[in-house]
Amino acid sequence: MDLPFLYETLLKLLTGVPLTLQLAVSSVGLGAVLAVMLALARLSGLRLLAWPASFYVFIFRSTPLLVQIFLIYHGLGQFHAVRTSFLWPLLREPYWCALIALTLNTAAYSCEIVRGALLSVPSGQIEAARACGMSSFTLHRRIVFPLALRHALPGYGNEFILMIKSTALASIITLMEVTGLAAQLISESFRAIEILIVAAAIYLSMNFIVTRLVQWAEYALSAELRPPPAAASGQGATL
Amino acid sequence: MIRNIILAAAVSLAGLYSNGEASAQDALHIRIATEGAYAPWNYTLSDGTLAGYEIDLAKELCKRMNAQCEIVAQNWDGMLPALNAGKFDAIIASMGVTPEREKVAAFSDPYSTAPNAFLALKGSGLAQALPWHDKFDLRDKASGSKDIVEKLDAALKGKVLGIQGSTTAGKFVDEYLKDAVTVRSYKTQDEANLDLLAGRIDLTMANITVLAEALKKPDMAEAELVGPTFLLASGTSVALRKSDTALKDKFNAAIHAVNADGFNKALTEKWFGVDISVKN
Repeated sequence: MDLPFLYETLLKLLTGVPLTLQLAVSSVGLGAVLAVMLALARLSGLRLLAWPASFYVFIFRSTPLLVQIFLIYHGLGQFHAVRTSFLWPLLREPYWCALIALTLNTAAYSCEIVRGALLSVPSGQIEAARACGMSSFTLHRRIVFPLALRHALPGYGNEFILMIKSTALASIITLMEVTGLAAQLISESFRAIEILIVAAAIYLSMNFIVTRLVQWAEYALSAELRPPPAAASGQGATL
Repeated sequence: MIRNIILAAAVSLAGLYSNGEASAQDALHIRIATEGAYAPWNYTLSDGTLAGYEIDLAKELCKRMNAQCEIVAQNWDGMLPALNAGKFDAIIASMGVTPEREKVAAFSDPYSTAPNAFLALKGSGLAQALPWHDKFDLRDKASGSKDIVEKLDAALKGKVLGIQGSTTAGKFVDEYLKDAVTVRSYKTQDEANLDLLAGRIDLTMANITVLAEALKKPDMAEAELVGPTFLLASGTSVALRKSDTALKDKFNAAIHAVNADGFNKALTEKWFGVDISVKN
């Protein structure tokens, strides 16, 4: 074990963490917005909305992310029309190509998580809310979305972890995130095992933090998991 | 473009499937790795077979060593670690000898020598910005090449330069131009060429023979060679494990033989149009 080398590698690879996190957080954030819209479209009951949404999910879930990144980066760049369009300043940059591909990809998976969560809200609760005279908007705000959010969390945590790991593919289009830096270091030193172990450890720590955050969010959103308020004030112990 | 993706996929798949342990104990059977994506040195035909100068050369070297050879395509950037891991016994992939590489592998005597050059788009103004056309030998750093590097540095300020990762060109850029240009590192030279055409990078640097070959493709008509050329390594050699000294001796004898009887001269002329063989 060459500890000084491992330490030096760690310091170098850590400089890629901001880019990795930036890609993961932005794509999951933007993807979530897209996913909710897609899920609502699929559940709208309107064919004109539901079918395109289903088709989108089918396409992006059924093709490899790597191919999607290649198509957006190399594929679109082939067309002269794209290169002269207003989109080119964005598509010219590998960063935006990676972000677009990751966002479109995660939106497809997340759409299904959101759809499942929305469908899992018990119909009894919805009927009860209607019986109380809630408008559709109030019904969604007070009953459907809070419950669906709780159902969606475990699946969404999974998706976030997958996205952090998926950012490694951005290295293929010249982005120097953790994996890109690792590949570069390997090419300089030819010490693949040590460098890849350090890179894996960095992903592991990032995902450890993500799993803790998701766990905390689940706990915070599930009243039944928390001690009753009485216990919090110190009287619970004597009862 | 699609072809390039398929090619890249084929190359990486080929890498995945060639995991068998190779051993050089039995010198009669040698597994040789090449990249298969560096035309005309070594490339993959549409039917998946390998072709190129180095494929022909490897076959001839094997014949002269009386060895049975198997040539496999491998990802360029993992080649040296894979060699030491025993996945194959030799690398013939236009690999130049550098001090870093010599730390992890042994190298035969060189079989060819070709400089690196810049490629840019016509009308990009880079041809005018780099009005020097000499061949500079950077193997000896004490030579008068410092001057040209400083001129390059000033001329290329703010440009985006694409290179294939872990090549001598990449090392040159890292060493001399890092502060002037933004460097993008690609898996294969083909991808760098694509991004040059797309306008994502301003210029790329690679072995001049590879760039000249790429320029033969019709879609590369917009690109041209610009500026000076640089000899960065003492030549391209066969990479071997340090422990395989007997195999190295065999390769050296075979390389000397093809250089001595003119076979290599004819072969390099066939593939590159110029004689870049090594004079013994």
